Amino acid sequence: MTKPDRIPARFQIGDRVQVLDLKLDGHIRTPSYIRGKTGTVIQFCGFFLNPEDLSVGKTAGPVYPLYRVSFAMNDLWSGYERPEDDELCIEVYDHWLDAPEA
Amino acid sequence: MTDKHQHDHKHDDHAPLVVEDDAGNLEAQQITAALQALLVRRGLISAGEINLEVQKIESPGTHLGAKIIARAWADDSYRQRLLVNGKDGASELGIMVGEAQLEVVENTPEIHNLVVCTLCSCYPRSILGQPPSWYISKAYRARAVREPAAILEEFGLILPEGKKIRLHDSNADLRYLVLPERPAGTETLSEEQLASLVTRDSMIGVAVVAQPQSA
Repeated sequence: MTKPDRIPARFQIGDRVQVLDLKLDGHIRTPSYIRGKTGTVIQFCGFFLNPEDLSVGKTAGPVYPLYRVSFAMNDLWSGYERPEDDELCIEVYDHWLDAPEA
Repeated sequence: MTDKHQHDHKHDDHAPLVVEDDAGNLEAQQITAALQALLVRRGLISAGEINLEVQKIESPGTHLGAKIIARAWADDSYRQRLLVNGKDGASELGIMVGEAQLEVVENTPEIHNLVVCTLCSCYPRSILGQPPSWYISKAYRARAVREPAAILEEFGLILPEGKKIRLHDSNADLRYLVLPERPAGTETLSEEQLASLVTRDSMIGVAVVAQPQSA
């Protein structure tokens, strides 16, 4: 069976998502400070080649859905410095996301 | 080194922290120069081609970003199109964005945007040129996402109480440009005059655009 050339998008704007802690080596673009954290999808950015593939010369695809996900700074850092409702927006590829644990 | 030098410490605990040649070239520069010399000698690339590429990398500057910001301030329908698609917006002004997508994030009285790339140094180079050294520093990258208000204060920017910070970690395929708030007292200025007020730091979000002194 051949791999699909486009990984289907599983999430929509407004969905709550949790960042997985995939034990992957190499050129990963999901920083550790968001792993395990829950945020909200705010934008669908399109389909992109996965940097984990590109970094080892795999340029044939498939392409992955990329989303912008917003996190409350208070959820990312305990004892966050400001009382305001600050947020952090970051890009996450589909395979690093899942529905939040119940 | 003289014999009087007190040897209460060892010199061979670690390799030298910085490797430099007599001309002050760092190790990476020496390797690059050696590789370049080899490629040129083998006839795979000419020195002229390398210089052209370096020029291509170094020629964009903050004036391109400032031109986009000034148009957005002057023309509200342009501003709206720019917020929907930054790359198309830049292209309307004849500015070609080399990066995959450009996301323009707008400062408002309620929200202040700040851009950082925690993983490396992603930056909208085709419209702002090369990033400043502090943007690439590990200190900025680590601290901006952890204590943004402390960072802003070090840049001399204290946000009014209640103003929210929206951080953008430029970690993957998009690049971010902050659309600063248009300062008061600039109603009569031309687009060129507006562009001259826009600073690099205000388009990254570590500063705001100051009101012109003479206005």
